[in-house]
Order: sequence, then C-alpha cells, then structure tokens
Amino acid sequence: MDDEWQRASAALVNFMADKLICRHLNAYYNYGQIQGLRNVDLKVGANLVTAIIGPSGCGKSTLVRCLNRMHEEVPGATVEGQVLLDGEDIYAPDIDPARIRRRIGMVFQKPAPFPTMTIAENVAAGLRLNSARLSRAELDEIVERSLSHAALWDEVKDRLDEPGVSLSGGQQQRLCVARALAVEPEVLLMDEPCSALDPISTARIEELLLELKESYTIVIVTHNMQQAARTSDYTAFMYNGELVEFGDTRQIFTNPSRPETEDYITGRFG
Amino acid sequence: MADLFEAAAGTAALERREARRKLGFRMRGFGDRFFGVLTLGLGLLILSILCGLALALILGSAASIQKFGLRFIISTDWDPANDVYGALPFIYGTVVSSLIALLIAAPLSVGTALYLSETAPEWLSRRVGFMVELLAAIPSVVYGLWGIFVLGPWLRDYVEPVLGEGLGFLPLFTGPRISVSMLCAGVLLAIMVLPYIASVCTDVFRAVPRTQREAALALGATRWEMVQIAVLPYGRSGIIGAIILGLGRALGETIAVAMVIGNRPEISASLFAPSATLASVIANEFAEATSSLYLSSLMELGLVLLAVGLLLNVAARVLVLNAKRGEGEAR
Repeated sequence: MDDEWQRASAALVNFMADKLICRHLNAYYNYGQIQGLRNVDLKVGANLVTAIIGPSGCGKSTLVRCLNRMHEEVPGATVEGQVLLDGEDIYAPDIDPARIRRRIGMVFQKPAPFPTMTIAENVAAGLRLNSARLSRAELDEIVERSLSHAALWDEVKDRLDEPGVSLSGGQQQRLCVARALAVEPEVLLMDEPCSALDPISTARIEELLLELKESYTIVIVTHNMQQAARTSDYTAFMYNGELVEFGDTRQIFTNPSRPETEDYITGRFG
Repeated sequence: MADLFEAAAGTAALERREARRKLGFRMRGFGDRFFGVLTLGLGLLILSILCGLALALILGSAASIQKFGLRFIISTDWDPANDVYGALPFIYGTVVSSLIALLIAAPLSVGTALYLSETAPEWLSRRVGFMVELLAAIPSVVYGLWGIFVLGPWLRDYVEPVLGEGLGFLPLFTGPRISVSMLCAGVLLAIMVLPYIASVCTDVFRAVPRTQREAALALGATRWEMVQIAVLPYGRSGIIGAIILGLGRALGETIAVAMVIGNRPEISASLFAPSATLASVIANEFAEATSSLYLSSLMELGLVLLAVGLLLNVAARVLVLNAKRGEGEAR
C-alpha cells in the first residue's frame, strides 16, 4: 500500500514539471564573510507544498529568500549559483528582480500590513504597482477574490474600509496572504507564516495551504515539524547551511535516510 | 526543644530580613523622592524661564500696547520719525519668507533624505550626511555675507529674469529687480533650514521597519514604488515634525535675513521687492530706538514673534496628531 502510494506520487511528480530548481546555491552575508547556504540543490514541484525544516540558524529562511531575490536586499548579502523558474535563471544579469517577485510572492514571519492603508487598500497595494490601470469594479473584484482565497472575506467584508492593522494577528497574516495572492503569483513562499499566531489561526493557515496548492506552488519554511508533516508533499531538511536530506514528506518523517534528519525529527537536537 | 529553637531562629531571621527590606525600601524611597524633586525642579525652571521671558516682553511692551492696542498688529505704518508703529509688514515678511523657505527646503530635504537612506551606498551616505549636517554648523552671519555678495546678485541676474518672463503675469514676480529682496531671504533661509529637515527625515526613513520595506518589495515593487507605499506613508508624521523644526528655525533667523532682505517696512506683492521680518527689524533698530515708545514697540514685535511661533507650532502639532490618527491604532 505504502509502496503503491509512493510510486503513484513519484509518477505524479515526474509528470509535473519542476517549478523552481536551485543549482549549487551559495549565499553569503556580511560581504562574503559569513556563508548562509552551502551548495544547495533543490527541486520544487509545481502545485505541491514543499516544506523546509531545520533548527534555528540552519539557513532555511536564507534559502527561501534566495528564491525570489529577497536575500540581496540585506546590505552585504550576496548569492552565487542558479535558481531556475520554469527553466529561466532568475539571477541572470538582465533579469529585473521586481518582475521575479511579482511571479514569486512571499508571506513573512511577522504579519506586516501597511499601517496607513485600509483592508481593501492593503490587498490592492500590489496591483497599483507598474500594472495597467484597473477600473474600480475590477479592483473590487480582485480584492474580493483574493480575500476569499485567503479565507478572510467573510470576516472582513463589512469592514473593508477599516485600517488593516485593526485586525487580529491571525487575520493580519491572512490579509498578507491575500495581498500576496492579489498580484497572481505562480509561486508562494512562506517564511514561518504561523510562528506569531495562535493554534486556531495556525490551523486556518494550514487549511489554506491545502486549498492554495491547487493553483499555486508553495514553499513553506517552518520550525514546527508537525506542521511540515501535515501540510507538505515534500520536505527538505537543512542543517548548518546545507541541504541534508530532501524527499517525500512521508519518507522523511517515517524513514529518513540520514542520521542527522532522524535525530532532528525525533527531537534529539534543534 | 530543638524545634522551638529552630522556630525562634527562623522567626529572628525573618524579622531581620523584614527589617532589611524596610530599610531598603526607605532608602529606595529616598532616592526616588530625591530624583522626583530634582526633575520636577528642573521642569519648573524651564517653565518659569519661558513665563519670565513672556512676562518681560509683555511688561516691556506695555507702553506700546496701551498706545496702539490691537491696531499695532493690523497697522502697516512703521514711522519712528513720528513715533507711530505697526507690525503688519514684519508679520507679513516673517511668514512669507518662512513659507518660501519651506516650499523650497521641504521637497529638497525629503529628496536628500531619501537619497541618503534609500539609494546611496552606506559609505557615501555617511559622508554626504555628515556634509549636510555641516551646513547647520555654518554661522548665520557667514550665510548672510554669502547671501549679499553671491546669492543676491545671482538671483537678480539669472533667476529673477526667468521668473519674471515665465510667470510675470503673477504679481509675485513683477517689479524692479534688486539683489536684496524677499526672494533672496527666502532662498537663503531654505538653504539654512535644509540640514535640519533633511537630517531628521533621514532618521525617520531609516526607522521604517525592514518588514514594511520587504512587504512592498515582495509584491514586486521597484525601489521608488517601495518608497511610495512603504516608506513615505509610514514616515508621514515624522516628515511633518521635521518641517515644523525647520519652520521654527526659519521664523526666528535674524542676522542672515537682516543682511539680505533689504529692511523696508512695506508690504509688497512682489517677491523681488525688499521687505523686513519681525526678527530682522528688532536686530536693525534696537540700537537707535531713542524714544521709549519706539523701544516698547520693538519689544512688542518680539512678543508678536513669540506668538506667531507658538501659533504655528500648535497648528503643526495638530497636523501631526491628525496624520498619526490616520495611521491606525496598532503602532
């Protein structure tokens, strides 16, 4: 039964193209003095949830931030290697990072709605950027669709004109998800999206992941192993800037091939 | 027996600890009280200096207040020869020259601050930032000298002709062109207040959290778009605060203005005409104020300057409060 399941999922993965491929990715901080990633090779399948787990400081956030060129926004941070989005290197010299980030959205650890904007304006914030002028009706429609997608519409539909920061923490994080979805990215990166949230809000975000993966490719960084086990199809275990093990989530959690992975998931360190 | 002894010892220890704690409390209470009285005294001292200043100005200007009443503020006559005094030309001069200064300095400062905090590489930002702050260290009188011999003639020969031709249909840009003028004072003030506004704005922009910037960038914002949606709105109340600081400087600046504004107590629609400000007329005329009414009127000009400054500060503070309210609760 297990074997069959694995064979089926393997076939599925082979059928679906890899959305993102990292090749020999090295990342540095502080003008090359500190190495955050060491030779990471990773494949992220389309319409799957890929989880990145590992102890604090292992480079999981660095890795996910390299996937939409966010890493280089830290002063002194540099990247070597390739990240292919649909086969195209996002670090090629003629690529505009802003264009890449429109295709690869991101949700951060701390919900960060824009404090001067209303709920609706927050969702529409990305649409106002370098895109064709949208009519009021089109904007309203996208705002509603994005909020529904982020499972927030029912809670806020009567108060769209209130400030985004008036929402609770969990609602703010879903607002940030809606904001990221509004620009219709192909990939959604989530950097510990639940670490500041209570269990109920966390459960909502996790449900959301399963719904979203029908239309998006998702990479989620988490320090919560149960969360990775519950939500992801593939799991990458990182330690000390290296990708130690990558594979089917079931296999990683039931039968890891590397001793470090086993130590980590059984709680012997980290 | 042993139990009893132990219990007694325990009680004694407890009492000792209690006594120590009480003493500690008393000591700490003394320190707190001393600190409280000290800071209260310092606070009251500042307040009494301000009140004393206002009181002295009011007493000094009593004669003029009695003689002219409210007419002092709305009268445009300033005629020492006939002992008739009115403050309106100077109020006008102070407000207009400060407004010109802010109109020029505010956008320039915000632009400078954005360059320093967003665009410039760190090593350059530090050096340029230092030089901007150096502008604030130049003495006013040096600015005044430069204004007389460099800025004034330059404005007269190159800027005013262009303004006159392009915008001559406005009364603001008409009339004869001379090197000492309201325009010259305004431009000079703009240069003088720029470092204050720019350095506060730089700090304000640097204080915008990285989460806000990254949230904008992650939506596919370019650098300029990030500034628009994350940096400027977040720093709005700080920018207004910085401009108020600049305004305070511009209102009170005396010697540099007195050197370039022409010191003519007249209200002219044209910015090319000479004018005078509250501060500049006091500096120019206090030495020759022979009659007591003359001196008293100069004192009242000082009082009016204080009032104008206070009024604009209150108005600006209300503006900041409103801006903050617009930013929502969770800050």
